[in-house]
Amino acid sequence: MSGIHDFTLASARDALKARKISAVELTNAHIDAIERLDGQLNSFITRTPDQAREGAKAADAALAKGEGGNLCGIPLGIKDLFCTNGVRTTAASKILGNFVPPYESTVTANLLKDGAVFLGKLNLDEFAMGSANLTSAFGPVENPWKRKDSEAKLVPGGSSGGSAAAVAAGLVLGATGTDTGGSIRQPAAFTGIAGIKPTYGRCSRFGTIAFASSLDQAGPMARNLQDCAILLESMAGFDPRDSTSVDTPVPNYEAALKRGVKGLRVGIPKEYHVDGMHAEIEALWQQGMTWLRDAGAEIVEVSLPHTKYGLPTYYIAALAEASSNLARYDGVRFGERVSAPSLDGLYEASRAAGFGEEVKRRILIGTHVLSSGYYDAYYLRAQKVRTLIQQDFLKAFENVDVLLTPTAPSGAFAQDEKPTDPVQMYLNDVFTVPASMAGVPALSVPAGLDARGVPLGLQLIGKFFDEETLIAAGHAIEQAAAFHHRPTLHAGVSA
Amino acid sequence: MSYRITGSTGEWEIVVGLEVHAQVVSEAKLFSGASAEYGGEPNTHVSLVDAGFPGMLPVLNQECVAQAVRTGLGLEAEINLFSRFDRKNYFYADLPTGYQISQFAHPIIGKGKVLVDLADGSTREIGVTRLHLEQDAGKSIHDQDPTRSFIDLNRAGVALMEIVSEPDIRSPEEAGAYLRKLRQILRYIGTCDGNMEEGSMRADVNVSVRKPGETEYRTRCEIKNVNSIRFVMMAIEVEAQRQIEVWEAGGTVDQETRLFDHVRSETRSLRSKEDAHDYRYFPDPDLLPLVIEQSWVDELKAALPELPEAKRARLEAEYGVSRYESSVLCVEQAIADFYETVARGADARLAANWMLGDFFAALNRTGRSIEDSPVSAEGLRELLGLISNSTINGKIAKEVLEDMVETGDSASAIVERKGLRQVTDTGAIESAIRDILAANTDKVEEYKSGKDKLFGFFVGQTMKAMKGKGNPALVNETLKKLLSE
Repeated sequence: MSGIHDFTLASARDALKARKISAVELTNAHIDAIERLDGQLNSFITRTPDQAREGAKAADAALAKGEGGNLCGIPLGIKDLFCTNGVRTTAASKILGNFVPPYESTVTANLLKDGAVFLGKLNLDEFAMGSANLTSAFGPVENPWKRKDSEAKLVPGGSSGGSAAAVAAGLVLGATGTDTGGSIRQPAAFTGIAGIKPTYGRCSRFGTIAFASSLDQAGPMARNLQDCAILLESMAGFDPRDSTSVDTPVPNYEAALKRGVKGLRVGIPKEYHVDGMHAEIEALWQQGMTWLRDAGAEIVEVSLPHTKYGLPTYYIAALAEASSNLARYDGVRFGERVSAPSLDGLYEASRAAGFGEEVKRRILIGTHVLSSGYYDAYYLRAQKVRTLIQQDFLKAFENVDVLLTPTAPSGAFAQDEKPTDPVQMYLNDVFTVPASMAGVPALSVPAGLDARGVPLGLQLIGKFFDEETLIAAGHAIEQAAAFHHRPTLHAGVSA
Repeated sequence: MSYRITGSTGEWEIVVGLEVHAQVVSEAKLFSGASAEYGGEPNTHVSLVDAGFPGMLPVLNQECVAQAVRTGLGLEAEINLFSRFDRKNYFYADLPTGYQISQFAHPIIGKGKVLVDLADGSTREIGVTRLHLEQDAGKSIHDQDPTRSFIDLNRAGVALMEIVSEPDIRSPEEAGAYLRKLRQILRYIGTCDGNMEEGSMRADVNVSVRKPGETEYRTRCEIKNVNSIRFVMMAIEVEAQRQIEVWEAGGTVDQETRLFDHVRSETRSLRSKEDAHDYRYFPDPDLLPLVIEQSWVDELKAALPELPEAKRARLEAEYGVSRYESSVLCVEQAIADFYETVARGADARLAANWMLGDFFAALNRTGRSIEDSPVSAEGLRELLGLISNSTINGKIAKEVLEDMVETGDSASAIVERKGLRQVTDTGAIESAIRDILAANTDKVEEYKSGKDKLFGFFVGQTMKAMKGKGNPALVNETLKKLLSE
């Protein structure tokens, strides 16, 4: 049977164009679903139903005239790290208070220009710092998936946990995410959806609240790669307001789905066979290789020798930048100011009250690695290692077209299974961080369920600005995996 | 003579280096489109980038880069085709992002030099270590409310050039001459208006002292934000004196940042080295390294105006003015331009004489600048032409110039109006002289008996009788002739 919640973004787009369904109908169905389910999931920080209905009406008017962009009338959720004109933007932190930007981020402006309808702002780890969406000042997000044998609340991954949960539960047809070290790919894997971290510089960072500027990259999250491709085509593009944005044409990503993988050389980085990796993950990886080989690709072992330095150097480089990027949240202009007799006192009190524990930890680490006497040993060395990691990829890509790896070392864990050691938590990013450090594009596609019925993802890593080959290879896995499972909590009829 | 300060233990030499912050002349700020104009109601020249709003990103203003390169060329400095912007991290209420974007490790301009002229006629070369681009901060206003401070972000993000000198300066006079010369170069190129009252040029002054002959530098102190050339010179003197007293009392000078109080004529400690900020510089990840093309630098160089030293040399060669005259005429581009307009088509030496003399005196008297001079260059040229073609003599010309300043009339109109045309009619001159001689027969006798000095008396009397209009050469000639009869 097929209902309004069985639409993918692509099929909804086609139905809207064919006027088989109205944008208002589609939007209302999603608003209803949010009202029904999000009390439990907590994937939204701010809901904007009135604005969404207005957008849907405008979309219907455009569609009636045969006009409207590629996303006309498509209800989306926006990670609450993107500034949205007139709509509160929080970065899931108390420090911003009720900050309402008088401007629109370039990525969301691009989506609006193509006719998208925004249902609201999605929950995340505070300032995108986390891998389980447990650090939000607006409470944790619950993964709509449950283990077969348990009612335990699972994490949706992070930091784009709200985006992942909302897409997986059918509350939105697609969502924006941002990925600094895995924040799109890991939650996509944890919730059984697809997500793309594009090449650094592909999507503008203008108007997106910064975590680590040299790593942050916006990308799409949706039910499948076709939907992601449609979203990415809208989100991407050169922006003169972001000096790190790259002026290169945006291809038709959706068309890349049909390319196939015949003759494609797929690299398997041997260093990704990490100690203690779960057997199920290893098996899924092998399965992925088989699928791609069966589809006509050639599987080649490659070496990325500096992989093991990825995590420590990432946590130096990213946190150094973060410590500086977050300095502007000082109680002087935004959020609750905690008064004190001196300026330094005001900073200390406001930042103590406004930032959560994980953000404070990261600011401290970042400040430390840039300090006089430690800079060379940490920051400078990390920059050098980062160059080596990038060279690893460039070298590997002389020989192969894409790399295949698991997305995360495990499936979603339960909220109360959160590691007490923060470094253990950081290990979630072990497979996703190297591509971020290199700036190359990567994606995650759902590939199966683990023994407890929780989804697992496979990651593909591609060459600079070659998202098309990634999408083609990812689609081959999608077709072979035929992942049609649904989470326990879903807007439509549950599986 | 070297500048020395005499202490109780003998003579001391001073060592000074200057860090000049020069505000770049540009329409917009260094990384935002907001106006860089001085003044305006508080917080009216502020973009979301300047105010550090979430998600805002800096975009480099190319004109500011061009201005830095032009300045580098004017300082005969190395132009670095690769440079980079770093973040200098510190918290202050008028620094909205919590960091200043500056160039720490890789400045756009490397080593250069400034030639300074000293009062004794000698010239010294002061080395420039580097020039880099950076953002200005906003302004904290503490005197409007008893408990609160206000912030004005109009200046936040405005482009500054920090120009760092080598510790080559050895006297307050050299420091003053360096600043004046630097300001002159910046104004010539049009990269900074050099207006110290409006804060568009400020200096941090690094001072240390040592015994003559010592090769190592002793500990220096940095005097922050001195905003006039005179104060820089005063601050050097009092700080050097203070350090000498410390050394001579058996103490040691601590490296610290100090403030200059010109009312009390003293420097005071602001913060010690231990309290110095750890700025945690690192490359700004929002900006790519700045890479410029040599061909672009060449284009900027080709379009540079003539610089002070070159202009002086040319004026001396082309117009025959003296080294001193060229230095005065080239203080400002506008003066040199004015001079050249006058000198082309007039007696160039006479023009220099008149500009340095009566013309500048007239400007001073009226409190006007060269840009709004009451007498145009063309007007002055006409006046000098009247002297050269013997229409009027020099003395009458002074009177005409005063009239020009007062009325704005042209020189020839004044000459006509007042009937000041010089008398060259020998008959009229002869008749005037004969009258004088007739009325002073006793003086004529004295002259003839050898009192030559009386010749001047007869000239004066004749000119007086002719109301100053007699042609001096003809008066002389005729007098000689008649007195020898």
